[in-house]
Amino acid sequence: MLDVIIALLPVSVAAVIIFGMKSLALIATCVIASVLSEFIFNLACKKEQTISDLSAAVTGLILALNLPTTVELWQAAVGSVISIVVVKCLFGGIGKNFANPAMVGRIVLFLSFSAKVAGESNPVIKSIAGIDAVSGATPLAEGAETIPGTMQLLFGLHGGSIGETCAIALIIGGIYLLARRIITWHIPVAFIGTVMLCTLLAGEDPIMHALSGGLLIGAIFMATDYVTSPATPLGKIIFGIGCGLITALIRIFGSFPEGVSFAILLMNILSPYIEKWTVMRPLGTKKAKGGEAK
Amino acid sequence: MEKKKSKLSILINGIIRENPVLVLVLGTCPTLAVTTSVTAAAGMGIAAMLVLICSNMAISALRKVIPDTVRIPCYIVLIAGFVTIVQLVMQAYVYDLYESLGVYLALIVVNCIILGRAEMFARENTVADSFFDGVGMGLGFTLALCAMATIREVFGSGTFCGMDIPFLKDHSISILTMAPGGFFVFGCLIALINKITKGKGVKRKDFSCDACPSAAFCKKRAFSTPDDACGVKDEKSSEN
Repeated sequence: MLDVIIALLPVSVAAVIIFGMKSLALIATCVIASVLSEFIFNLACKKEQTISDLSAAVTGLILALNLPTTVELWQAAVGSVISIVVVKCLFGGIGKNFANPAMVGRIVLFLSFSAKVAGESNPVIKSIAGIDAVSGATPLAEGAETIPGTMQLLFGLHGGSIGETCAIALIIGGIYLLARRIITWHIPVAFIGTVMLCTLLAGEDPIMHALSGGLLIGAIFMATDYVTSPATPLGKIIFGIGCGLITALIRIFGSFPEGVSFAILLMNILSPYIEKWTVMRPLGTKKAKGGEAK
Repeated sequence: MEKKKSKLSILINGIIRENPVLVLVLGTCPTLAVTTSVTAAAGMGIAAMLVLICSNMAISALRKVIPDTVRIPCYIVLIAGFVTIVQLVMQAYVYDLYESLGVYLALIVVNCIILGRAEMFARENTVADSFFDGVGMGLGFTLALCAMATIREVFGSGTFCGMDIPFLKDHSISILTMAPGGFFVFGCLIALINKITKGKGVKRKDFSCDACPSAAFCKKRAFSTPDDACGVKDEKSSEN
């Protein structure tokens, strides 16, 4: 879990640089609320304290990075409490949650406070190294006035959630996780590849789709959660393709501008079945009958 | 004196200890559907209560006449008759409420609370007892619906019975008015009632797998305990 926090550091730093002190406040609120709610839940239910495994802190950090600066701090805190208490602790704590807690927290906030969570969140700095920032809601929103160029997308100088805009920082974090063997390449590559392919077929700009919205942070940090994704390599690829398909479908045809979180949630629910279909047979054993592999 | 006390206990039974929605988990569909506003929930509760009282009494009065083998169709005919009466009365006198309840009013016919009470209580008890059971169960249903609707309307849309609440109106948590929020509030209330009635609640055996008509078939399956089959776990295992 410490590795995930290290991998998220560049993104967090980029978020604070691009979106200002409000993003620092958001990150602090979410992390503190997550850790506190896990602490209080364990205390109230007389369970062993689990906050030292840092998973609550990671959940809070990822949730904060998925919110735009228009969200109020108390709303972010509500989201953190929902993530930890409802999605994680009520289902039995770490390792037993059916979906990624941070993502359900984001979805709940999105559906509850749509105006705030999908609101315009503009970068506070105007340019880095000669590249000007563009303002406006996420570039995926229908009728977005200014479509940012590739360089603006790479450096994150456009509107959106605080942690999802800076593609370079996200990719650095992803490479760190890959190098430390915390994640494997299967899910991110299948996920992003499918989205790019689908958007290309639909006649839209695949590079823009890959770099904007929550795709990178979703594919690298949220879809790869061990607990809620299949363990087998083939299963991971199926999982990634499924996420990519749903994301692309929502982006191209859906009424929401962004579908990464819904895609990951739906595939989270399917991952036990994917795992069942793709379970590996130990060498030399007979083929397992259906239903035995559980 | 003894007799009177038992009537009172039948009445109170339905409110907490055997609350149809929160303990017996019957009638979930209207519960989730109409609880986005308190007015609709109260209307639904009262309509269902009237039907329940009438059907309970009628079924109890006819319990010796109705042949066992065709009892369910007979019950449904009786219940449908009462629902039609209630529906026409509501259409005539409270048209707005009738409109807001929509199809759920007609669906009281297949509401499992009413059929469930006919099956569990009215066909084995006297008319008077069935009347009190109907009142108790109906009150329990109405109260559970109103409790849920209050939470969902106040926090979900920032109003109460259509009146705006100053601060919450601008900061409503709209997911509570949607289906997922409904299930969430429902679950929380069940947990709360479970906590309150701990040790005093109706025994699981009465309505868990053992009472189910297909229990014998179900138990043949390879479940470790019969209770796992229907997803009803005994209290000890849900605590852990």
